[in-house]
Amino acid sequence: MIWYAVIAASVGCYLFKLAGLSVPERVLRDDRTRRIAALLPVGLLSALIATQTFTTGHHIALDARAAGLGAAVIALLFRAPFLVVVAVAVTTTALLRLLG
Amino acid sequence: MTFSDKPTFTGKRVVLRPAGPEHADGPWERKSNDPKVPRSARPSSDPPGHPAPAAPEWPAARASVLRDAAGIALTSGAYAVSCGAICTAAGLTILQTLALSLLMFTGASQFAIAGVIGSGGNPLAGAAVAVLLGSRNALYGLRLASLLNVRGARKALAAQLVIDESTAMAVGRDTERAGRLGFWATGVGIYALWSLGNLLGALGAQVLPDPEVLGMDVAAPAAFLALLAPRMRAGRPWVAALLAAATALLAAPVLPAGVPVLLAALVVGVLALLLPSKATGPRPAPENAPDSVEEAS
Repeated sequence: MIWYAVIAASVGCYLFKLAGLSVPERVLRDDRTRRIAALLPVGLLSALIATQTFTTGHHIALDARAAGLGAAVIALLFRAPFLVVVAVAVTTTALLRLLG
Repeated sequence: MTFSDKPTFTGKRVVLRPAGPEHADGPWERKSNDPKVPRSARPSSDPPGHPAPAAPEWPAARASVLRDAAGIALTSGAYAVSCGAICTAAGLTILQTLALSLLMFTGASQFAIAGVIGSGGNPLAGAAVAVLLGSRNALYGLRLASLLNVRGARKALAAQLVIDESTAMAVGRDTERAGRLGFWATGVGIYALWSLGNLLGALGAQVLPDPEVLGMDVAAPAAFLALLAPRMRAGRPWVAALLAAATALLAAPVLPAGVPVLLAALVVGVLALLLPSKATGPRPAPENAPDSVEEAS
């Protein structure tokens, strides 16, 4: 099942890349296309963050992951680079689990 | 309207600012996209009275482009190590992780499919999320099509290399020649080091103990947050982000894992169609400069 998903998603991502080089400009310049393209990644990333931080299975959960994400927010406010943000979140969560 | 804005792990931010809908058909846009107008003759974001500096001689320009490409490729390679580790921690095999980086080759989508699978979601739901996230590459293609001007096999090859970084390194160069070199050098360099980094990360994660003890389950959300943060400079993204998060959390108890994210995407898509087309308020001049790539610390 994972292999099917890997292949299907890779093909899908490739087709979007190819479409950008192939589709007539006016389709991608369309106002609605642009508005969706601007907000869709924001919505997807936000929904992924929410579900992966605050749910366990089908339950809403507030645990060490939330603290890790909070630490990541602080790191971002200090303009920390990408890997530092991830490392801060992981370390915070791991330490809390170690203590708790 | 920030179109793509990607933190690199050196702390620099590669910012891509294409025209928003409000000036999509302005004279700037027409001229800047006309392949017949030399790039050096196109309007720049400099204020009037400050002509753009003359394009440097080609050997110097080539060296500069190649240096940029090498730097970006190296930083992406290191970022790839974390991607590979997250993928295998989520339950993908080393071969699947490598297949993702070779075939999918667009970072955020790879994190997304790994994240959904890791949280127990249906892999196909993860695939759908990954493809939706990859849709932004189509708009990069729009900006690159006239610059690259490729056909047939070269186009098929170029398409795979259309990602945030290669686009950022291609647009906004002084000459089209430098732009094309920027695209190919960055694309090929990242492709090689991205795959290598993913492989190393996947192998490294094998020797780690329980990923949850190490807090690895928060690595993907933190990565998503770092990708999201630079997009949150206006009001609309905040509305979209909060609406999406609320939708996903409300749906999580009743829908299979992964599906709430798709539902949130649908809600945000509808929101985007309902919003008035004009962005509100004037913005400072640099914000209005489409096609400009800047490195802000």
